[in-house]
Amino acid sequence: MEETEKPKGILVWPIVKLASLTKKGWPGWTVLIGLIIVISIVIMTILAPYISPYDPNALNTGPIFGPPCPAHPFGTNHLGQDMFSRVLWGGSTMLQVALLSVLICFAVGVPIGLFSSYIGGNLDKVISLIMDSIYAFPGLILAIAIAVMLGRGVVNMALSIAVIYIPSYFRIVRSQVLTIKEMTYVEAARAIGAKKRTILARYILPNVIPSIVTVATINFADAVLTAAGLTFLGWGVEVDVPDWGWDLYYGRQYLPSRAWWIIFFPGLMIILLALGFTFIGEGLSEILNPRLREGE
Amino acid sequence: MKVEKLRTYYFTRHGVVKAVDNVTFEIYKGETLGLVGESGCGKSTLGFSIIKLVPPPGRIVDGKIIFEGKNLVEASEDEMRKIRGKKIAMVFQDPMTSLNPLMRIGDHIVELILTHEKVTKEKALEKAEKLLDELGISRERINDYPHQFSGGMRQRVMIGLALALNPDLVIADEPTTALDVIVEAQILNLMKKLKENYNLTLILITHNIGIVAEMADKIGVMYAGKLVEFSESLPLFENPLHPYTEALLEAVPNIKLSEQTLKWIPGSPPNLLNPIKGCRFAPRCKYAKKICSEKEPELIEIEKGRFVACHLRK
Repeated sequence: MEETEKPKGILVWPIVKLASLTKKGWPGWTVLIGLIIVISIVIMTILAPYISPYDPNALNTGPIFGPPCPAHPFGTNHLGQDMFSRVLWGGSTMLQVALLSVLICFAVGVPIGLFSSYIGGNLDKVISLIMDSIYAFPGLILAIAIAVMLGRGVVNMALSIAVIYIPSYFRIVRSQVLTIKEMTYVEAARAIGAKKRTILARYILPNVIPSIVTVATINFADAVLTAAGLTFLGWGVEVDVPDWGWDLYYGRQYLPSRAWWIIFFPGLMIILLALGFTFIGEGLSEILNPRLREGE
Repeated sequence: MKVEKLRTYYFTRHGVVKAVDNVTFEIYKGETLGLVGESGCGKSTLGFSIIKLVPPPGRIVDGKIIFEGKNLVEASEDEMRKIRGKKIAMVFQDPMTSLNPLMRIGDHIVELILTHEKVTKEKALEKAEKLLDELGISRERINDYPHQFSGGMRQRVMIGLALALNPDLVIADEPTTALDVIVEAQILNLMKKLKENYNLTLILITHNIGIVAEMADKIGVMYAGKLVEFSESLPLFENPLHPYTEALLEAVPNIKLSEQTLKWIPGSPPNLLNPIKGCRFAPRCKYAKKICSEKEPELIEIEKGRFVACHLRK
């Protein structure tokens, strides 16, 4: 693997790998752009403690409601906090929540969908009914309700987002499996005496994965937005944790007094992060399908 | 192999569809049986019944399938799994969808071998390469995906998959229906060659009488879930006993007789939900008599090796 290569290789390998994406045509570029956006934001968040000019929670670092200027490139808010520092710091919660919620959804929604629709019958009907009733709820409201029950914190936010997303995974997996299990190649697999386990793992699951990846990336994008929404409504993280959602919450009150920079920059970051994930999802869903691969 | 009074019904919401109704026949090792009949007459269901893969809501309700001295109808799912692919193999109608699009061609063959034999992956791969040679497919393509293969090549792979473990019986369900005539001829030749090499028994399900004429030793004609005629191949073509067989043979287009208008059988097969009383072909039969619509004819042996279910032949 990469580790055994020369030290230089560790640095070059990912770049070479990423550059090869562009050979896959337009979807490759989409994934690349999405990856660049997301990775930049991740790096920015990790490096925030070292590169931010001020403590994100320090008060009166400059004038109150100071518009962007060389000392405070993104301006200052109502407490005189440096918005640039806050933007650098503020992605961490969202990224953690998004990643965790996608992992939970994946681990729960996919197996349930797979077994439920492969086995079928009454079990499938009951599970579908439960999933559909969760799905029928407006997502954000359900997330708020669960977040209120569980309390604040990253894991609780991730859980409440996961609950509203599991039905999406379930539904997409279930409908895909319903189509795929009728395909002749699944029947052919049965006709060669393959075990149920083999059929699920080798014939059905791999054919479902591309659709799941698409849902997962859209889930990422939506989790970012829902996390922002939860924090905005006061059910996300504690107030002393710098977060784009909090900045939106406080900043919106000062928009009438034309302090646009307080919500503009955090808002832009949320949009960029969501956009990055969406790009990756759209591109991957085309690349992962060998039938749509070009030039092979 | 022997099929006795087999009944496979589909239990739908609208009622019971008797897709295979009281079918009895026998074939011997090395023989080719051609099953012919119109669409929806139960040919494929019969094929699926033998390997016990009738899709739900279908079920074998009665009868026996004796294969190598064993009644498959009573065999457990576990026993069946060991028979499928190893002793009885199946070739499907549509080669475009019968291979997993995400698995390499070689992996299909390797998987089959590993399912039934305790060999290493390398050995299996070696065997897969040999098999590709036999199918006339270049070894280099073992790592290709199905979408990189043409329809004819995929069907060759399917046939290879069916024959890889040297089974005793192969059920081919319309193996060339989705292919053009040139490829069809290639596939049929390949099947003939392999059949002779392996001395296997073949059940060829098709609606193409031309194929049957070329390949089959015995022919079973099915109509509305019933086996109406079962006979050696040649005598059936020379002198069809059942009016339906006769009509079926007349309906084959002949390229040399361009002036002749194509004959067809008026009407369509009866609804299998509520089969009519008497002979099921009676409403479309030009020789139908009074008894035909009153009493159902039974399959009886008229001459040696010639069975027919028709009142006119008594």
